[in-house]
Amino acid sequence: MSNEANLHGHTEIVTTHEVHHDEHHVHHHKETFITKYIFSQDHKTIGKQFLITGIAWAIIGGLFSVLFRLQLGFPDQTFPILETFFGRYAKGGQIQPEFYYALITMHGTVLVFFVLTAGLSGTFANLLIPLQCGARDMASPFLNMLSYWFFFLASVVMVSSLFVSTGPASGGWTMYPPLSALGDANQGSKLGTDLWLVAMALFVVSSLLGGLNYISTILNMRTKGMSMTRLPLTIWALFFTAILGVLSFPVLLSGFILLLFDRNLGTSFYLSDIFVSQTGQALANEGGSAILYQHLFWFLGHPEVYIIILPSMGIVSEVLAVNSRKPIFGYMAMVGSLFAITILAFLVWAHHMFVTGLNPFLGSIFVLLTLLIAVPSAIKVFNWLTTLWRGNIRFTPATLFSIGFVSLFISGGLTGIFIGNSTIDIHLHDTKFIVAHFHIVMGVASFFGMFAGVYHWFPKMFGRYLNNTLGFIHFWVTIIGAYLIFWPMHYEGLAGVPRRYLDLSGWHNFNHFGELNKMITVVSIIVFAVQLMFIFNFFYSIFKGRKVRHQNPWGATTLEWTTPIRPGHGNWTGEIPEVHRWAYDYGKDGREFIPQTEPIGKGESHH
Amino acid sequence: MQTFFIVLILAFGFLITFQIAKASEYVAVLRGEEKARKQTNRINAFLLLAFLVVGLIGVYYCNERLKGKILGESASVQGDKIDTMLYITLAITGVVFFVTQILLFWFAYKYQESDKRKAYYYPHNNKLEIIWTVIPAIALTALVGFGIYYWFKITGDAPQNAMQVEVTGSQFKWEFRYPGRDGVFGKKYYKQINPEQNNPLGQLWDDPYNHDDVITSELHIVVNKPVKLIIGSKDVIHDVGLAQFRMKMDAVPGTPTTMWFTPKFTTKQMVEKSGDPDFVYELSCDQMCGKGHYGMRGVVIVETQEEYDRWIISQKSQYSQAHPVQAPQKTLPADTTKGVAVNLNK
Repeated sequence: MSNEANLHGHTEIVTTHEVHHDEHHVHHHKETFITKYIFSQDHKTIGKQFLITGIAWAIIGGLFSVLFRLQLGFPDQTFPILETFFGRYAKGGQIQPEFYYALITMHGTVLVFFVLTAGLSGTFANLLIPLQCGARDMASPFLNMLSYWFFFLASVVMVSSLFVSTGPASGGWTMYPPLSALGDANQGSKLGTDLWLVAMALFVVSSLLGGLNYISTILNMRTKGMSMTRLPLTIWALFFTAILGVLSFPVLLSGFILLLFDRNLGTSFYLSDIFVSQTGQALANEGGSAILYQHLFWFLGHPEVYIIILPSMGIVSEVLAVNSRKPIFGYMAMVGSLFAITILAFLVWAHHMFVTGLNPFLGSIFVLLTLLIAVPSAIKVFNWLTTLWRGNIRFTPATLFSIGFVSLFISGGLTGIFIGNSTIDIHLHDTKFIVAHFHIVMGVASFFGMFAGVYHWFPKMFGRYLNNTLGFIHFWVTIIGAYLIFWPMHYEGLAGVPRRYLDLSGWHNFNHFGELNKMITVVSIIVFAVQLMFIFNFFYSIFKGRKVRHQNPWGATTLEWTTPIRPGHGNWTGEIPEVHRWAYDYGKDGREFIPQTEPIGKGESHH
Repeated sequence: MQTFFIVLILAFGFLITFQIAKASEYVAVLRGEEKARKQTNRINAFLLLAFLVVGLIGVYYCNERLKGKILGESASVQGDKIDTMLYITLAITGVVFFVTQILLFWFAYKYQESDKRKAYYYPHNNKLEIIWTVIPAIALTALVGFGIYYWFKITGDAPQNAMQVEVTGSQFKWEFRYPGRDGVFGKKYYKQINPEQNNPLGQLWDDPYNHDDVITSELHIVVNKPVKLIIGSKDVIHDVGLAQFRMKMDAVPGTPTTMWFTPKFTTKQMVEKSGDPDFVYELSCDQMCGKGHYGMRGVVIVETQEEYDRWIISQKSQYSQAHPVQAPQKTLPADTTKGVAVNLNK
């Protein structure tokens, strides 16, 4: 096995067949605190680092949303405490427009990239790929470590941008030029945007290092017998996620670099015919196209939403199968639909640009390709439903979050059919309908997948369980809250209320949603508080949670549950187990489940 | 002080929740984990069903409360097409929504863990999978078909008799230019923009077509007459959003865009129709453009041809404002109107 040689100093494990070896005996080379917990090359530790950094970012990003919801829900009230913390940004206890736009920009950037990309795929790709493929570590543990540290560096730069005197970037998470290119037109487009771009460039590097590693590990380092069609769906989903990232992040990076040039070197890639009224100056730039940036941005930007949702789909498929004690229905169709989504994800980006003056004929092609995505999505939903059908379902917090994911994915997916159709998009573009749509389908649903994953694999990560009661409260408050926040928001969008408006009182036709906005704000504060409770549960349980005493607590078939309860670096104490069957033999031939490592018995039925 | 108490109450509530959660784990251990687990399983299964029922009632209630607050009938002919498309989509997705959500939560409840049942080993069924690939594909083909049909109708060329107005966005206001009697917009160049010298759009004064062009801060258009907006921006990307007309188009610096529509009701008719004496059509900026984005409002007035004619005649050309001495209104070159009279509105 090529992956044995990969971990230098571990060759002896292959020869020692004593399974009763204590875990720390596996590590014959010296591990200091720094190599074990900080500059660790163990994929499990790196996964946890991604998760915990992601959690820190989620608190920041979530808090920002609570702050701007305060403004939206109570536009005429003052909150002196805000002035205490944010000074001139919240003069008189009211959030100033520049601050509001900085908050929404950072909320979007942080949650899309730092939480739902790094925190979600970073965590589960690192944790699960070697464990479920049967490898001792990633193809390149060193690059994997670099991937985390580039992410950390990106985080440091991004955090530092919050503290510069002109404020952080405030051009919206999409950072469209010319707004993001002209410091004179927008406070946040001064130093804040340069730092934002640098942080994002570092983030892209991190994402590429991770993605290449995930792909090569999945392709080359599967254990004996683990053919591609025996892989659990989590791995398939993470595989396609990595491919999407590797192929589209570089395009985003090119877009950002051109923007940096326009900002600092006087080039005109995106700038043309501009007169800045603040300075009374006409800029020299001519011949650039602001729309070019949008193409470059959305060429990643759209695959990005699938980068966010695919890992959740994989996790949900796995968790639903394990806990309904049934095989996932239509395994090959699930893989096929993931593949179809991956291909189509590259061909739909301009549906974000229907009203930019795009050629209508081109627009119609993008309508067709966009609505096509609904077909593989529908297949997935029906397959999940059939997986539940005639199962014997255990409602762990992970199962509940998975069911919640399917519900949210349906709701948010269907509204996508509205706005993916250019005709309807003319009316709904850039309204609250869009906000409601993508928060449900990409934001909350992906979070549900992530929560499902955390609850399900927490025992593998830390050898302890999360508190279940808190888990149930977490689920119920979050799903009810999510629907209360985002369902009525569609109506605001249908009424044409534009997004990114911090105060509607100046508008005759949009100013009748005051009560609704108050309700949404109150609910979002409650939901945020419950997330803090989850985070408390998370850290408390790492140290004090109920100990896992059974090697395979959920009765699952996959390989990660054949490792010791607290696996060391290298995962298996003896040889890496051989795989003889697919990952979903639940309830077959009257047996509760058959692990992947069990050879096919004589007379066993074929599926 | 108030904030302090709220924080205190929250912390206290959290502490209690946590203690209960911790205690429940101990109780579970005492009572036998398996038994306790089965009980919570039943509770959660019931809650899922309850969530479905309450959720569906909530969907109905939400619709009752809010359906009167969305826009009502479209105020443009093109907007009617968009609304039709919206309702077609709503009908199809509505059916899917109810069927799938009900199945999801019903299955979860019905097939909750029970000692009496064994999970049914059912890995795949090609026939079923083909059915639910083909049916969505057909439904979506219909939606794509309708959608593209309307899309081309709406985005196609404006009719010959359409009146033309140029809309320019800048931080954080809208300006409208009318071609004047000659029906032709004069040339402009952004480096000539100079608001202090009464040239907010950078018109080139040596182009005679510019001499009768009028710049206003309100958009006046004529009922039942197609209007084509030529949209541009001076600084960053803005967006001309006309919610009542269901229209929207970005204003991009350096790249002019267009959109056209036919208003159905005058502002006065809308006042009567909505029963709201203060009713006004609003133009909103729908593309984030900086700190004043949320206040970048324009007013649209739809009126009859006679009202419009009276209004446009009362407007002074920008040229005359920029050249108060050299170019009094009367001496406007009359010959430029002849060649392009086709484009005139009257």
